Amino acid sequence: MEHRKAKKIFTNYLFVLPAVLLFCTFHLYPFVNVFRYSLFQWDGIVPFSSAQFVGLAHFKDIFTANPQWWYSMWHAFYITLLTLVFQNGLALLLALACDRAIRGAKAYRMIFFLPPVLSGIVVGLIWQWIYDGNYGLLNYWLTNIGLGHLARAWLADPNTSLTCVGIVHMWKGFGWGFIILLAGLQSIPRELYEAAKVDGAGAWDTFRRVTVPLMVPVFVLVTILTILNTMQIYDLIVSLTGGGPGYHTEVPITRILAAMRGGSRLGYACALGIVFGLMLLIISFLQIQVSKLTKQE
Amino acid sequence: MMQKPIYYKIKQFILTYSTHILLIIVSLSCILPLLWMFSSSLKTQATVFSDMSLFPQNPHWENFYIAWTKGGFGRYFFNSLLYTIVVVLGIVFATSLAAYGISRLKIPGKNIIFYVFLAAMMIPIPGAFVALYVLLNKLGFLNPHTGIPLLDNAIMRLGYILPLINSGLSLGIYMLKTFFDKMPGDLEDSARIDGCSVFGIYWHIALPMAKPAIAVIVIFNTLNVWNEYLLAMLVLTGKNLMPLTRALMVFRGTHITEYPLLMSGMTITVIPIIIVYIILQKHIIAGITAGAVKG
Repeated sequence: MEHRKAKKIFTNYLFVLPAVLLFCTFHLYPFVNVFRYSLFQWDGIVPFSSAQFVGLAHFKDIFTANPQWWYSMWHAFYITLLTLVFQNGLALLLALACDRAIRGAKAYRMIFFLPPVLSGIVVGLIWQWIYDGNYGLLNYWLTNIGLGHLARAWLADPNTSLTCVGIVHMWKGFGWGFIILLAGLQSIPRELYEAAKVDGAGAWDTFRRVTVPLMVPVFVLVTILTILNTMQIYDLIVSLTGGGPGYHTEVPITRILAAMRGGSRLGYACALGIVFGLMLLIISFLQIQVSKLTKQE
Repeated sequence: MMQKPIYYKIKQFILTYSTHILLIIVSLSCILPLLWMFSSSLKTQATVFSDMSLFPQNPHWENFYIAWTKGGFGRYFFNSLLYTIVVVLGIVFATSLAAYGISRLKIPGKNIIFYVFLAAMMIPIPGAFVALYVLLNKLGFLNPHTGIPLLDNAIMRLGYILPLINSGLSLGIYMLKTFFDKMPGDLEDSARIDGCSVFGIYWHIALPMAKPAIAVIVIFNTLNVWNEYLLAMLVLTGKNLMPLTRALMVFRGTHITEYPLLMSGMTITVIPIIIVYIILQKHIIAGITAGAVKG
């Protein structure tokens, strides 16, 4: 009897085995190693056993002697700010428009969500050409409508490159924000709007007093996901600018890759990853705390 | 209503039409870049920079044939398809087995397993690909030396496939476990009385019932794998193994003077996704909304 029971439990373990095995090998083990490697000076070529232990030296270097890293952080943060304000603002406006009984709402929804399902690489390559200084569509149109003096090599100009990357990121992302916000809006019971109307509330008052309070959890979700996604922007950077001109569109992921591949400093790359990961964690934690506070009020 | 009817009507009219104008402008901005990519893929290198029309007069459809054969995009397409199918199948089996086990079977420590998967979903580790690369190298996935080219290729492909399967585990297990928890157990009970084995119950009863949840997982991961770039860039160095996204970047770097072919390759990359999207858009939108909870 005992034997049969043990055998049964063993069979049950077979169910979770493939997932657990894959997870331990390709997630947990690298996860632990990121922390281990970050304490060593290692080029990734010699065996790790002969790597030199440097303690927290990498972290000290990151915080005191690596302005480039913090510039890359700032770039990603700048795009994130643009995205939070303009992308999500537009997404909310469009979601409000489609939440009303409007003709063709489904067709609009389908079109808006097209860019988010496309590959970031393809999107980047299309827009790289639109922005092109010599043959780009943008300059062609600007010249045609008499604004030729504005034409420039948009992505090669340090003044405009980062904002242009941000615009493409928002183009690719607003449909995603739109879908989630629309789902949130549609979950609000219609009776509440009717009650507000009966009470004589105008459109703005209804929005402020009914829609916004009920949408706070959705806003928080969208904000957190926007921050996490945008800070880790990568595909669009490689396909649009490759980090250039100079270092003007470098972002954290490209810096980690540069430390790993260009500089053969694997330990350092891991330390950068930890600093970055912790900041993302703190940001989302703070967001959740803030939303809890607003809920209590 | 206190307002005069005519004033109210005009206001309503303006509001509705300005809303439509906004929605149409935004829609056009979504479609035009894609249309331009497509029309550029039908031009020649000589006309592509001068002819700005969206509908070229002499469409060079043969560009697609050239890109597919000479440009190698046929092979890259096959690679993308292979990776997507294998990874998605792997995710469906690994996650449905695990989720069923966690939800239904007696497995000591299963809650810990579940929470570890959940935690992995919450903790971002942007540097993990560095350690993953080291691991794949150590395990011999990046430079296999079996002497048999076919086997070497299969091993290198696995080095890309296995980590991608892993990256779909947490969300899939979470979604399927939630699904199985809510699923009534009557059918399983009667199957058990009929002498069906645990695996038989999972295969014949639980899996077919979980179709809606599995559909969401399939769609979400298909998009992820088809569009994946970073890991492909790190792991797949051989041109013959590259998926479309990676190949596009290489093609751009080496064939800078063949814009129409690049645009054909990009069109080849997005067309399957667009077709799948149009057919399954309702489910895709549901999948992404569910996937968004991943954060």
